[in-house]
Amino acid sequence: MSETTSTAAPEKVRVRLTVNGTSHDLLVEPRTLLADLLRGDLGLTGTHLGCEQGVCGSCTVLVDGTATRSCLVFAAQLDGATVRTVESLGGVDGSLHPIQRAFHENHGLQCGFCTPGMLMGTCELLERTTEPDPDDVREALGGNLCRCTGYQNIVKSVCAAGRALAAERNGAQV
Amino acid sequence: MKPAAFAYLAPRDLDEALDQLAEHGADARVLAGGQSLVRLMNARLASPSVVVDINRVPGLDALAVTNGSGPATLRLGATVRQRTSELSADVATHAPLLAEAGAHVAHAPVRSRGTVVGSVAFADPSAELPAALLALDGRVVARSRSGERTIEADDFFTGPFRTSLDPGEMVVAVEVPAVGARTGSAFVEVARRHGDLPVCGVAATVTRADDGSVAGTRIALCGAGERPVRARAAEDALTGSDGGEGAVAEAAARAADGLSPIGDCHGSADFRRHLARVLTGRALRTAIHRAAGEATDV
Repeated sequence: MSETTSTAAPEKVRVRLTVNGTSHDLLVEPRTLLADLLRGDLGLTGTHLGCEQGVCGSCTVLVDGTATRSCLVFAAQLDGATVRTVESLGGVDGSLHPIQRAFHENHGLQCGFCTPGMLMGTCELLERTTEPDPDDVREALGGNLCRCTGYQNIVKSVCAAGRALAAERNGAQV
Repeated sequence: MKPAAFAYLAPRDLDEALDQLAEHGADARVLAGGQSLVRLMNARLASPSVVVDINRVPGLDALAVTNGSGPATLRLGATVRQRTSELSADVATHAPLLAEAGAHVAHAPVRSRGTVVGSVAFADPSAELPAALLALDGRVVARSRSGERTIEADDFFTGPFRTSLDPGEMVVAVEVPAVGARTGSAFVEVARRHGDLPVCGVAATVTRADDGSVAGTRIALCGAGERPVRARAAEDALTGSDGGEGAVAEAAARAADGLSPIGDCHGSADFRRHLARVLTGRALRTAIHRAAGEATDV
């Protein structure tokens, strides 16, 4: 990232944000993308950077609950924000989140590069729509590219995750 | 790639933002949703030395319907997200064309952050929302330290990614006159993939008179020239007609008159002219049905 320029480096920006429940108080270069802050500064390399132009969806994270391309947001913009990444899903003991389990059981991934973005997009969808149908899934994840699966199993996985989470909630209410 | 270094400014109110834009002039870019600007900066197709982030400026996120002495006006501030516009009941009531065209822009996570005004100010000749604004006879409200002015959409887009904004000026809102019950609208496009910019797209409004004839129409095309353009020959052909199939066919046949589309890997100039004619026909048929009170999906 270091670069020789004749002009003085622009002033760093103070950013206080919460990532996966942990508060951070950081000084960032203005040009630092959220994706690079997560991966480089915070070591959260689960967020993958594919195209760096908002097309592939791999870097999708939740910013204040909304699925967001972390390659198209500067970290400097996020003072006060709450960010969730794929690392927030699984348990500390390595157990899988119901969404991850559904992807595992339904072959919703092969190489796994796009999966963090798929999972976080699914997170947002299942917050809004408890049991989405395949059309809802295609609308929500239409901007996430996958070169392996052919998508059908991803759609299946998300629908299964919706059912699993709904069953969990109903179980909890009994 | 990564963006070049820049100074980040986050003004707390509009006056501060305008002062910063006045001070830095052409070196500064306004950052709203960033879904076009950050992409360009990542590719170093844009390397502003100053970025003015207007997201913390209060009031710019207002989406409002104003009823002055004349007909109602829908006003969208500079940080109203495309997704907000797309799902707004006010937009659905007063300018459904804006929601219909907006739903074609990229994908939901991009629209959740991208703004309507940002798309208009970015002035991509292929983009949907500038064409919709043009078809809706909208206007752009621009502010600078020396005051506010309103620019008709017809005069705003001057070339590819070029507008009539002056350095130090920013778009604070777009406004569209609310459409009446006798006006129908439609947006149709052909894109290589869902969510891509269209090869060509058509936004149309049609207003019918008491006797059912066409009292007026505005047809705007994207992807058909160096800026969003009106298909004036087609508009002239349809205006005053009975709005029947013959009149629509006649208008559609003239939709590419005077156009000089750019041929590229997405489509040749001839293909874009062909699309302009075919899509104009489709858009007009739907808009006319909707003006007559029928719900017809494209």
